[in-house]
Amino acid sequence: MHNWLLRNRNRLTAVTGALVLAAFAVKLASGEGPAVDGLLLAASLVGGLPIAVQAVQSLRVRVVSIDLLVAMAILGAFAIREFEESAVVAFLFLFGAYLEQKTLAKTRSAIKGLVEMAPEVALRMSEDGSFDEVPIDDVEVGETLLVKTGGKIPVDGTVVRGGGSANEASITGEPLPVAKDVGDKVFAGTILENGTIQLTAEKVGEDTTFGKIIELVEEAQDSKSQAERFIDRFSRYYTPAVLALTIIVWLATRNVEMAITILVLGCPGALVIGVPVSSVSGIGNGARNGILFKGSEVISRFGKVDTILFDKTGTLTYGNPQVARTLYYVQDHQLVEDLLVSVEKESSHPLAKAIVGAYPNAHQHPVKSTEVIQGGGVVASVACRKVLVGNAHLMDAKGVPLSSRARQDVDELEAAGNSLVLVAVDGQLALVVGIKDQVRAGVAEDLAALRKMGVKNLILLSGDNQGTVDLVSKELGLSEAHGSLLPEDKAEFVRERRTRGEVVAFVGDGINDSPSLALADIGIAMGNGTDVAIETSNVILMNSDFHRIPHALGLAKATRRNMVENIVIALVVVAVLLVSVFASTWMNMAIGMFVHEGSILVVILNAMRLLRY
Amino acid sequence: MVKKGTLQLETLACPTCMQKIEGAIKQVEGVDQESVKVLFNASKAKFTFDSSVTNLDEIANSVKSIGYDVLKASER
Repeated sequence: MHNWLLRNRNRLTAVTGALVLAAFAVKLASGEGPAVDGLLLAASLVGGLPIAVQAVQSLRVRVVSIDLLVAMAILGAFAIREFEESAVVAFLFLFGAYLEQKTLAKTRSAIKGLVEMAPEVALRMSEDGSFDEVPIDDVEVGETLLVKTGGKIPVDGTVVRGGGSANEASITGEPLPVAKDVGDKVFAGTILENGTIQLTAEKVGEDTTFGKIIELVEEAQDSKSQAERFIDRFSRYYTPAVLALTIIVWLATRNVEMAITILVLGCPGALVIGVPVSSVSGIGNGARNGILFKGSEVISRFGKVDTILFDKTGTLTYGNPQVARTLYYVQDHQLVEDLLVSVEKESSHPLAKAIVGAYPNAHQHPVKSTEVIQGGGVVASVACRKVLVGNAHLMDAKGVPLSSRARQDVDELEAAGNSLVLVAVDGQLALVVGIKDQVRAGVAEDLAALRKMGVKNLILLSGDNQGTVDLVSKELGLSEAHGSLLPEDKAEFVRERRTRGEVVAFVGDGINDSPSLALADIGIAMGNGTDVAIETSNVILMNSDFHRIPHALGLAKATRRNMVENIVIALVVVAVLLVSVFASTWMNMAIGMFVHEGSILVVILNAMRLLRY
Repeated sequence: MVKKGTLQLETLACPTCMQKIEGAIKQVEGVDQESVKVLFNASKAKFTFDSSVTNLDEIANSVKSIGYDVLKASER
């Protein structure tokens, strides 16, 4: 019976509404009478019962809930034969709860989208070697699973047979599919776009990277900021206090009408829901944009940031050196490139990798002999030509003349922060290649946006030499730049700035910068969904997308503002209602309930604006 | 043996539901009082319990008895 009442709450709400409407229609048509009272009485009963049941159930677990206040108010109205008020209050309370549920679902939609990406079933190998579909919860570590083209990979594991390509956007944010062959790791929640694979399950359920991300976001949405914890404690005593106040007013005035009006007005609706609903919307918006905030406390702290420290390699720059400039001193470009690539293919030097990557179409000649000159480069014999690849010292040592133009070019490239590779063919300088770990495109604009949002200090911390660091700093217009720092030096720097009273955010790649990420007020990880990044930081940029930082900061500020707005709305409504009970003649419990439910919807709608930020 | 339990509940709409569900789970003997956590937005309850004293069904029923549907219960 109880459960039937609660399961059919929405239907009962509709019936209550219909009865109230019918009562008003009859009243308009033929005036007050027993028919009107009968309809209102029926509405009060239909609507009041589920509320009363919930009130009793919560009393059984020793909670004084809003349902109790409302149920008592309805009962009180019954006692003084105010059937109209009892019916309207019951209906508004139920209808308000229904609307709350609908609108709240919207604010949660972002996280729901993430959860829905979680795999539900898996094809598991049975003893006879065939594959059967089983629920994901039944899969255990060590079992062999099959994934077909277009299928969702159900667990974290290693490919043992077959191959294909997987779209790992749900974990790394990287939109391009990644090739998967025997021995490669695959991740739950990613999609096999091509091919068929068999894999051994290594991590299942909540232990998978995807499971951890979901758990993190879920916990984040419900983690409480200090303000929320205060409101929680407050509301735990507030509801019983309203009850006590009602009894005192009733004993003092013997005015049942006023007493039950206070009961209704005292319901702590908007205040309790206002702050959580803002943080849910804010965190949801972030999750949809590849920004994971670990909780509403993080959002409020992030909004106050005035100093942001950046790691250089991999954060402000791409983290892999690339050919930035090429200057030719001969006509036949193709020949030089072919010879250069042929030599560099044999080398394991980091710059060689950048060069080979820059000329994917070069034709490779067999290399006859190579001699490595320490601190200089390589002398090789390729296709009957003598090829020198190395720095300016090598050219000087081997008697290759550098024209004054070439010398000027070399100086300029070096001043711009390039590492240089010079190429000479048969004693003639042919090519100068400038290689640079390039600053990410658009970083300068992002930094300018951060400044505009009120971040005072943008500081670069790097293990690179001071010269390179200064160049990057000048290019981007940073406030300060410090080079030659070890991870512990960076952590010390973070601590120092914090003791100055600055609110410090640190942006790093999550692995070697863990100490700084953990020490900063806000650690922002350019994470590729790695465990370390997830654990040590407060904010995670899912696809290492630097451009998300201004959005993240703006969102944090907007969410903070939104929370304050909601608290103000809730407090003003309560104050106005309470004052008008004593000071006005028009206030009654039906109007009170209307305003009360209205204010709850207003704070939810206000929070929903964050979803579109 | 101490186990970790998770209940997936029907969509929670009012913050007092949290208090009620938390209270209901805490009343089951064998549940670690401090561990009970109701996630309002995820509509989940998480807790640890002693499987020699109680079991997942009993805990789920305590929640059902105050009128909330339990969609899925899991332990590990």
